[in-house]
Amino acid sequence: MGASQTRSAHKYQDLVDRTGFSVEQIKNLHKRFRHLSGNEETISKENLDRIPALANNPIKKQIVDAFFDKRNQHQDEVGSFEEIGFEQFLMVMSHFRPPTLKTTEDEKEALRKEKLRFLFNMHDTDNDGTITLEEYRKVVEELLSKSGAMGLEAAKAIADAAMLEVASTNVPHMAPDDFYEGITFEHFEQILKGLEMESRMHIRFLDVDTTTMRCGKSTS
Amino acid sequence: MAVLLRPARGSSGLLLAAFLCVLFLVFVSASSAGRDVVSGNNETRRDPAGGVTEEEDTHKKAFPVLSFKYNHVRKPFEISLWILLALLMKLGFHIIPRVSNVVPESCLLIFVGLLVGGIIKAIGEEAPILDDKLFFLYLLPPIILDAGYFLPIRAFTENLGTILVFAVIGTLWNAFFIGGMMYAVCQIEGAGLGGVDLLSCLLFGSIISAVDPVAVLAVFEEIHINELLHILVFGESLLNDAVTVVLYHLFEEFSHAGTVTVVDAVLGVVCFFVVSLGGIMVGAIYGILGAFTSRFTSHTRVIEPLFVFLYSYMAYLSAEVFHLSGIMSLIACGVVMRPYVEANISHKSYTTIKYFLKMWSSVSETLIFIFLGVSTVAGPHAWNWTFVIFTVVLCLVSRVLGVIGLTYIINKFRIVKLTKKDQFIVAYGGLRGAIAFSLGFLLKNSEMKYMFLTAIITVIFFTVFVQGMTIRPLVELLAVKKKKESKGSINEEIHTQFLDHLLTGIEDVCGHYGHHHWKDKLNRFNKAYVKRWLITGERSTEPQLISFYNKMEMKQAMMLVESGSTAKLPAIVSSVSMQNIQPKGPSRRRAIPSISKSREAEIRKILRGNLQQTRQRLRSYSRHDLFMDPFEDNVSEVRFRKQRVEMERRMSHYLTVPANRQETPSVRKVCFEPENQVFTYDDSESPRGPTAQPHPSPADAVSLLNESPQRPNQSKAQRSTGGDKTREKDPDEQEEQQKLSRCLSDPGPNQEEEEEEDGSGRS
Repeated sequence: MGASQTRSAHKYQDLVDRTGFSVEQIKNLHKRFRHLSGNEETISKENLDRIPALANNPIKKQIVDAFFDKRNQHQDEVGSFEEIGFEQFLMVMSHFRPPTLKTTEDEKEALRKEKLRFLFNMHDTDNDGTITLEEYRKVVEELLSKSGAMGLEAAKAIADAAMLEVASTNVPHMAPDDFYEGITFEHFEQILKGLEMESRMHIRFLDVDTTTMRCGKSTS
Repeated sequence: MAVLLRPARGSSGLLLAAFLCVLFLVFVSASSAGRDVVSGNNETRRDPAGGVTEEEDTHKKAFPVLSFKYNHVRKPFEISLWILLALLMKLGFHIIPRVSNVVPESCLLIFVGLLVGGIIKAIGEEAPILDDKLFFLYLLPPIILDAGYFLPIRAFTENLGTILVFAVIGTLWNAFFIGGMMYAVCQIEGAGLGGVDLLSCLLFGSIISAVDPVAVLAVFEEIHINELLHILVFGESLLNDAVTVVLYHLFEEFSHAGTVTVVDAVLGVVCFFVVSLGGIMVGAIYGILGAFTSRFTSHTRVIEPLFVFLYSYMAYLSAEVFHLSGIMSLIACGVVMRPYVEANISHKSYTTIKYFLKMWSSVSETLIFIFLGVSTVAGPHAWNWTFVIFTVVLCLVSRVLGVIGLTYIINKFRIVKLTKKDQFIVAYGGLRGAIAFSLGFLLKNSEMKYMFLTAIITVIFFTVFVQGMTIRPLVELLAVKKKKESKGSINEEIHTQFLDHLLTGIEDVCGHYGHHHWKDKLNRFNKAYVKRWLITGERSTEPQLISFYNKMEMKQAMMLVESGSTAKLPAIVSSVSMQNIQPKGPSRRRAIPSISKSREAEIRKILRGNLQQTRQRLRSYSRHDLFMDPFEDNVSEVRFRKQRVEMERRMSHYLTVPANRQETPSVRKVCFEPENQVFTYDDSESPRGPTAQPHPSPADAVSLLNESPQRPNQSKAQRSTGGDKTREKDPDEQEEQQKLSRCLSDPGPNQEEEEEEDGSGRS
């Protein structure tokens, strides 16, 4: 009994170091993982697709794909998994941790870069390092996908305008024949500088196990 | 005084005028007393005499060519004069930049009030005082409405927990701490304060403890601090009204009874919930009514702003009737009403509402501070060193302790914690203002009242002058984050929405229902049910991203038109245009005939000449109609001409959403539908075909936008290069250009070219 406990503590310790969560948070997330996977070791895309609340989300596909994207594992691999284990699940979740009072400015910068990288990966589906106009159009279309036909028509115009804005801000003077390939990660960082990602892109991870598996509210 | 009289020609002229106004006001009010008597005598002489005397009178007196009847207009005249004085002062301060950079406006205005009060008192006249009816019913609502209507909802709701804790618990702590400590102070022998009992002290504490929204706004507006801190302090100042109201009434009731029992305390707590929730509910009801009314105003655009103002004011007054929190009611009304009203009303009405609110709140604020100064000089004072000094010190101490203590607790629940710097600003920004003064004024007359009033005024002066003046250098010193300039970037909007959905999704994966989940649910409920009832026509189903985009596009187009050649063009100066972004697509689907440069120039000249003539049409003037064309209203011919050049360049930057928008008789109607739809766009991917159809529009519509000819030489050259480019662009591009020219913009020669090309093609 004691041995297995220390083993699990060690296992979690490694995760704590790598992802920055606390042991309680990891335990909670593990419970959730096991629920999603039906007590298996790995989950597949279908498991995530089946979450009822996600059905209303316009970017559900991108979110699910992000979990299976190898780029988000910080191991310099590309491609996507078929199934992921708890460790990979946790790695993806770690992108949504908030900064603490003790986070220094440098750490905040690094945190922001990491979060922006996550977003960038979500948009850059073909992994060529840039978000092309087509990919950006797709993003906006997905966002407006729940709004019917009108949304789809507008999506193109909005995406074009947004792209233009990025180009104008980052490469102010282009000759008429130049072609702006796509949004690179630096440009992406530049245009979203004002949003202060490190303070916005986070969710509350619970220390106490008050998550319910079926329905009902939880304190947060 | 010397500061104000420093020789700057314009300002000294203004100040002279202002002082003349003051003197005139004083003279007039003094002489009107005399005038009353005289005219009274005349009346009494004539009346009992009857008809005969009248005849005699008409024989005796010649017909008065010029007569002086001041009483008739006395009240409005004086009110107007006061307001004029206040505004002239405000104007004067901004002309002297040196002073207004160091001293916040509120201080200067109080100072002026002191001066004016001093002058009036020196003359021996009765100075108008800031009585509670004037303040609470007329001066306060505009400021609160302005604040509530433009409240940044996102920041407010994200920090609502923190704000509530500060507002409710913080104010309670302040009230009891100050009240209790003052009672202890009053027990000190030799201070002459023995007559002040516990309840009176608590009453005093409750009056002085509340952070004042007017003062906070006045000071924080000028330091441009980051949004989080601004919303924390400001939100606190708004929401503590409920607490203040309850405490004030509670202690006032019982200061007569002398004791407070536990039952009373419990009732007080219940009262608090009733007051705050009731106020919010009243406000929400009026807000929904207002939103619903605005759904039907499409034919009477002129009175739209009035609905907003009146419903809000009614919400405030209704809440005041039941002793509910009027401020919370007003805020709730503004917040609830705003998204729906803005979707329904015309752009002009939106601008009107914005400017009227800003105007009224500005006037109110100015008047409040001036009257504060005047009342200080005028009112009877009872100065008690111990009391006053201790009050000031205790206010500071309790504020600091309260903020530190509460932040410690709050930080356990916040994700983004409040740093020490934040805490300092929140503590330092706890300014007291006119609400405290008016509440003090409402107290029953007693010698304690005057002592309290003196102390209150001292605290107000201290916070406004000392804290108000020093907060700006402190903000600089501590390098507190300033407000970021929001340029309304479409990218930021896209990503904000994306982030919302992403975070909601992740929360769902995690399995707990957090902040984002409920926000998402509320949004969906709003979209599915509420919007359908409260927003007219098609706009009710318009997704937020598209409305944002439309708004931005409109804003940019308006900016283009209104910025004269002297103004710096606000948009990014860049030469990037659509063609830099569009991928070089597959081969063109349509061969475009090329025209030589000279021919092109000729064509343009002809078209321009023709189109310009059709512009000279007469309009019938009607007081009840709004002009349909905003451009014609604002922009003179000359300016327009000069801007053409820039507009040409910028047209390629802005795209339009294909016309599926509600036709409203305002800016949107100026959408220019070309008579000849030049390109039938057969790109398979775009389902926009049907919407790109031309509407048969009269020639007038064309002329509305194709107004003045450009500046001859320079622009022509530019145009020809632009024209050449047009030819080389893809059909994509031209389709974009076509659409560009469709809305809110001067289509320029590209449009003409295309028309002409088509004409030549067809012929």
